[in-house]
Amino acid sequence: MQLTGGEIIMECLLREGVDVMFGYPGGAILPTYDAMTKYLDRLHHVLVRHEQGASHMADGYARATGKVGVCIATSGPGATNLITGLATAMMDSSPIVAITGQVPVAAIGSDAFQETDVTGATLPVTKHNYLVMDVEELAYTIKEAFYIARSGRPGPVLIDVPKDIQNAKTEFIYPEAEIHLPGYRPQSSATEDEIQAALELIHTAERPVILAGHGVTISGASRELQELAERCNIPIAQTLLGKGNVPENHPLVIGWMGMHGDACVNHAIQEADLLIALGMRFDDRVTGNIKTYSPNSKKIHVDIDPSELNKNVPSDVPIAGDLKTVLRQWLSQLEQRSHAAWINRIRDWQEDADERDILKHDISDPLLTPQVINDLWKYTDGNALTVSDVGQHQMLEAQYYPHQRPSMMLTSGGLGTMGYGLPAAIGAKFGQPDEEVWAIVGDGGFQMTLVELATARQENININIAVINNNFLGMVRQWQELFYDKRYNATPMFTPDFCKLAEAYGIPSMRVTKREQVQESVEFARSIDGPVLIEYMVEKEEMVYPMVAAGADLHDMKRRPKPGEK
Amino acid sequence: MATDTHMQTKSGKITIVALVENKPGVLNRVVSLFRRRAFNVDSLTVGRTHKPHVSRMTIVVDSERMSPFKIKANLEKLVNVIDVQVLNRAPHVSRDLVLIKVRTDGAERSNGVTTVCEHYPAKIIDMGPEFAIIEMSGTEEFVEQFIDELREFDIVELVRTGVVAMGRGTRIQDTEYQPIINGNNVHKNVV
Repeated sequence: MQLTGGEIIMECLLREGVDVMFGYPGGAILPTYDAMTKYLDRLHHVLVRHEQGASHMADGYARATGKVGVCIATSGPGATNLITGLATAMMDSSPIVAITGQVPVAAIGSDAFQETDVTGATLPVTKHNYLVMDVEELAYTIKEAFYIARSGRPGPVLIDVPKDIQNAKTEFIYPEAEIHLPGYRPQSSATEDEIQAALELIHTAERPVILAGHGVTISGASRELQELAERCNIPIAQTLLGKGNVPENHPLVIGWMGMHGDACVNHAIQEADLLIALGMRFDDRVTGNIKTYSPNSKKIHVDIDPSELNKNVPSDVPIAGDLKTVLRQWLSQLEQRSHAAWINRIRDWQEDADERDILKHDISDPLLTPQVINDLWKYTDGNALTVSDVGQHQMLEAQYYPHQRPSMMLTSGGLGTMGYGLPAAIGAKFGQPDEEVWAIVGDGGFQMTLVELATARQENININIAVINNNFLGMVRQWQELFYDKRYNATPMFTPDFCKLAEAYGIPSMRVTKREQVQESVEFARSIDGPVLIEYMVEKEEMVYPMVAAGADLHDMKRRPKPGEK
Repeated sequence: MATDTHMQTKSGKITIVALVENKPGVLNRVVSLFRRRAFNVDSLTVGRTHKPHVSRMTIVVDSERMSPFKIKANLEKLVNVIDVQVLNRAPHVSRDLVLIKVRTDGAERSNGVTTVCEHYPAKIIDMGPEFAIIEMSGTEEFVEQFIDELREFDIVELVRTGVVAMGRGTRIQDTEYQPIINGNNVHKNVV
């Protein structure tokens, strides 16, 4: 069958199981948009309002489903607008295929209208990218791109397709053969020596801690992780992106780690004699000062990406492999152990933290973000798929909204991309239409991508948007308070009347100023079939505790005073 | 006659050899990786091999500042990089080639240059009344020694290829890789 390049793109997307694409048309991608018209009954296209939104939506879709998210943009500015979303996906190992139009082959390199060297510009923020110069190579390239995006350590892959390649016709033969790439062989299992070395450390440890990261989610290894922890009675500390891998109310889950993580977790890591790091990468926000990080522990580090091993923290047993496979290898020979005394010690630290919890302080006015998040958790039965933006509300969401399933808390962890929340929530809802999706965003990040309210309205996508409004760039303000003598430069923020703004977009809304209204706001949001916005007016100068200052020792945490303490 | 007492890479330096797909942009990917990971490279050479679809890179880095295994792990992440080996521990030969243009006007100068060249496996490949071009190859250290001896004459231009290296004996770095497009093996030379 003779098909155009644009039609081939659509045929290949269908064969990859794609059902939705997030994109924005333009000159150099028009042949593909024209070809799309014949496929719209099977491939839904979501028109975004800015290409950054398209890449975040593809990312949100991918994280919510584990499938590859697809975004499409035109050449030049369309493609460069995708970059923030690609970098976000790259940092958090989220599989995306981005398809961009390019100027015709003959015009490449001539500074043609809307020409940018897109493969050059996206090289550092993609797992791989392609410039397709021959329509004969298009189908194979797309298949390869999907394979690379989803396999190994997932990541974004970009395919740049010149306009004349989209128009060119060729016989469409879908490459049925499996992809075989000479230089791309993701590791899968551990060697017998590696297994024995790991088991030896696990069986003899007295104060072990499991550090469970995003890799557990990606590998689908939650059950194996839980089995490992239960059989050896090992406490689990989760990373921000690892939250919910094992239900957070599980007795062995002691909390999450790092800069704003639980104090008991950070103490446990510092006192541990064995860290079992699974699918995590010892980010600086997780370790604090690397020189004093968990000084007396042996480290077992399992990651599918060999370049992560010994990158930040040297490990005694580094294992490159797929986590689910490696954990199964361990489990087949794993003996039972008990660490009651160790776990009791961690419990003591936990009780101290409970006393300091701001929810224990009797504050009824003004409204506090932890109160909002806690009540959202309560009235959504702790079962919502939350997508947070970046900042104080993000850290407080992680602290006050425990999740019971993997892939139920999406956030930009590695890159810290403000503006991620709303578009990623839209993408997540397309991927998980049966989940109750809440975008929890701050007034700063929300203003970066709120143009996607129009997308939410046009698609009538059923998401709930909780805007936590403190008229400040709260986290930056917190740093200014702590480290810059309260010189609040460029952090106080004018914000529009978000409810009126929502109204302008035809989106129902509600403003909450008192804690009693939070329950009502959840009920209101649930009563609306379509996008809804709730604006929570909260205390302007809140602090997120505990806090490990950037570069400080992990055990050196700034704590919230207990009630009655100064 | 001066002899090259070292077979392989200068001590303190590490040689990495990478087989890569001979495709447009692959060199860019490697260089971009080094830049963004702040890997400091002493020299990087790239050229075709006996297989039209495979190119070979020799990369020399300073071992004090850089873990070769970190570089290897990152290079291997690039989809177009087929095979990476760190040669520093294995016996290997390494060669750097230099072309030097020196001033040769006047008998004293001209004779001096010729004398130095006679002490080395050097060739005068272009001789004119005013300038000569000398070619010499050897390990990086040997080439540097040769250059130092010529410094007392007037070096006006100098170019080095950078180090290329190969494992000795039965150590063979090769790939069975054949490019596949649409299910067919193709040999397309795209340099």
